Amino acid sequence: METNPINCPAEILEDEQIIEPVAFEFGLNRRVFVQMIGAGVLITASAKPALAQRSGRGSGGARPRNVSARIHIGKDGIVKVMTGKVEVGQGSRAELTQGAAEELRVLPSQIQLVMSDTGLVPDDGNTAGSRSTPATLPAIRQAAAAARSLLVAFAAQQWGVEQDTVQVRDGRVTHAATQRTLAYADLAQSDELAKLFNQPAPAEAPITPLQDWKVLGTSVPRPNGRDLVTGTHRFSSDIKRPDLLRGKILRAPSFGAKLVSIDLAPARAMKEVVVVQDGQFVGVAAPSTARAEEALDAIAKTAKWESAPHPSSQEVFAYLRDGVQGGLPKNPFADELSSANKVLRQTYHAAYVQHAPMETRSAVAEWRDGHLTVWTGTQNPFGYLGELTRTFRLPPERVRVIVPDTGGGFGGKHTGEAAVEAARLAQAANRPVSLKWTREEEFTWACFRPAALIEAEAALDVKGAIASWHFVNVNSGQSAINTPYRAGKARSESASPRAPLRHGSYRALASTANNFARECFMDELAAAAGADPLEFRLAHLENGRLRDVLEAAAKRFNWRERIKQKRPDMGVGLACGTEKGSYVAACAEIAFDRTQNKINVRHVCEVFECGAIINPDNLRAQVEGCIIMGLGPALREVSRFEGGKILNASFRGYQVPRFSDLPELDIHLLNRPDLPSVGGGETPIIAIAPAIGNAFFAATGIRLRSLPMVPPAAKA
Amino acid sequence: MPTITELRVNGNKVPLNTDAERSLLEVLREDLDLTGTKYGCGAGDCSACTVLVDGTPTRSCITSVGSVASKEITTIEALAKNGTLHPVQEAFLKENAFQCGYCIPGMIMGLVGLLDKKPVPTDAEILSRMDRHLCRCCGYPSIVKAIRRAAAQARS
Ligand code: FES
Ligand code: FES
Repeated sequence: METNPINCPAEILEDEQIIEPVAFEFGLNRRVFVQMIGAGVLITASAKPALAQRSGRGSGGARPRNVSARIHIGKDGIVKVMTGKVEVGQGSRAELTQGAAEELRVLPSQIQLVMSDTGLVPDDGNTAGSRSTPATLPAIRQAAAAARSLLVAFAAQQWGVEQDTVQVRDGRVTHAATQRTLAYADLAQSDELAKLFNQPAPAEAPITPLQDWKVLGTSVPRPNGRDLVTGTHRFSSDIKRPDLLRGKILRAPSFGAKLVSIDLAPARAMKEVVVVQDGQFVGVAAPSTARAEEALDAIAKTAKWESAPHPSSQEVFAYLRDGVQGGLPKNPFADELSSANKVLRQTYHAAYVQHAPMETRSAVAEWRDGHLTVWTGTQNPFGYLGELTRTFRLPPERVRVIVPDTGGGFGGKHTGEAAVEAARLAQAANRPVSLKWTREEEFTWACFRPAALIEAEAALDVKGAIASWHFVNVNSGQSAINTPYRAGKARSESASPRAPLRHGSYRALASTANNFARECFMDELAAAAGADPLEFRLAHLENGRLRDVLEAAAKRFNWRERIKQKRPDMGVGLACGTEKGSYVAACAEIAFDRTQNKINVRHVCEVFECGAIINPDNLRAQVEGCIIMGLGPALREVSRFEGGKILNASFRGYQVPRFSDLPELDIHLLNRPDLPSVGGGETPIIAIAPAIGNAFFAATGIRLRSLPMVPPAAKA
Repeated sequence: MPTITELRVNGNKVPLNTDAERSLLEVLREDLDLTGTKYGCGAGDCSACTVLVDGTPTRSCITSVGSVASKEITTIEALAKNGTLHPVQEAFLKENAFQCGYCIPGMIMGLVGLLDKKPVPTDAEILSRMDRHLCRCCGYPSIVKAIRRAAAQARS
């Protein structure tokens, strides 16, 4: 078994919707399905909802046609809605429940959302790229609306009345004129209805227009919130199975190191310990974690490794630059440069950082009669399923991946290593195995946010307008790489050298780095043009959504007054940006503490717009989370490495934001009921770092062009 | 190897037979199936694993079971009584103070421990307790609201 880290599927960096294609068909048979889900009527997913969004790029081959049941109305009246999406803290459980409740005319509490059990739910694609809101929510609403219209048609037919005289409210179908009424539970007893439901739902059932929304657009709380505050929700590492063993995996002492030899005898001699070696894969399982650790330590001592050269974090940017085949792309706008009034060229850096979700990667795997079931925390259940079928050469109907609501992902949990490792151990042990990565493993072996080296060059004409714009991202990808600002000529391009660390998407992908560089560079250009940073941006922005959020943020923050106030070591800065169809602008005030060489972010005003708001409280929480999470990579977070080892693989060495970092927050959600809803869990992170950098310049006259931004005195 | 044969957990005497050096976190989770207490770092850096030991918030990942053999341990599972949430849990629920929720049991136990001793804590006291608790979803603003709500309740 190959355990060398590979990068997360490359496409994820470019387009997160695309996951590894799995070229097979599978599904539990209907009888088994009904056993699991209970008696009642079932409606199948209509017209390939999630699949339509995947325009084929990179996904070659057919998507699996899995169990496609979408909605089940039980004889007890409980409505189960099936989705392949995952709850990782972004709030999709509430939002998707709202969508179903709205269309079925029931209370959210009457809906049970069954998420990400590949044995039960349709494949809604990877939970990433803020796709749950724009893609899955409409799919669920469509199916729910179809279910409603079938119920209406059926009731109307039973009563011999016209369909448009039948109303649906609170889970009941009513004919007012004759005062007849039927609850969903009653309808679900009907075998005839069951037959009707067993056909794919009509796709054209009308969904509720926004002006009639009763549940969507409101702050419906997390349906399983009570389980979270009582500790009764079982995350994947909390899953208990009979005869469960705990696993541990032998990790290489450094990146790229190869195992040459190992003596397994010391562990084999231990009672109740299972030891597995399969190529480079070595792991143990034992009745307790402590015992497994002991066994692993005993054999790790005997391991001989062959190490591989690896650059240090100090030299990583030179390494990346040198790794670009044929060198960095040249600025194609030579004429504009030579005729320019002013030319500015700057280099920006963003360090490797970790997602560090609070729940480390974990999985429980169980084999029974040649079937494999895993419980694991992932954003990509069907992708995992594919990984498992390939690794264990199993037909897909023999693998089931269940994803309990997961303790954070932030774009970092796309690959299935913990599940594969647990499954391999469980196979050898012939008992279920629970595997939980340690924090150190998580900081070392999980995907990193890619480091970025960014070169920006622009020419200004005599009027201070951008005549040409050239922007090159090395290593971190294309998200939000294109400038939203008007420029006479513009080219933005990216180069992918060989990366020294395994990287994957971070919250908002490369756009954190691209937007940081662009928005800092815009500030530098404004200064070169002798213009105010706000006015300079506005002068280069067409009317539209980005301009709207920028103006709104500036107004709320009182930018035009505050930029004039000169106070020692205090300053204000702003930044804006767009990604994945949503728009953000932030103004920040910082104070520079010279004695501690520390940037204190005192006040952040952020305006965010992502179309019609589905759940205001949840969206606000996402925006708050993004801003505060963004403070980490902006100011402190960096994975340091040398000799192939991570030097700060702990929360002590790698300082994430805490309560004491909380700035005063003024968040405004700009609702656009006239526009389709898109996700809000990512883009709000992209404006905070450049706003802070620009504020630091206003305070000190010093430009900080590297993430994390460490003021110069501390650099030595 | 020294072993331990009994723990006092959530008001019960629980018989067990295990190595006294194992961490309290591991024993609670693996031997007693009290999985509400979470592993976040195993090194005392995040407080996700906070439980009460004789009423004091304690990081169970860096506490050996042997060292708490004669003490009363309280975990998140014991807070709600007969289906009624503890006021601190209620406050977190009311404020929707969770995103993924993984850090929440530790946060709640830390705050319960503080409010039990100091029903009217100062802001500085709250910060010095809660600043040890990490939330990677960075849901701190709503957690702050929940803390305020819980503290106000404890006062009244
Ligand atoms: S798990 Fe105990 S402090 Fe982090
Ligand atoms: S809510 Fe996710 S870590 Fe706190």
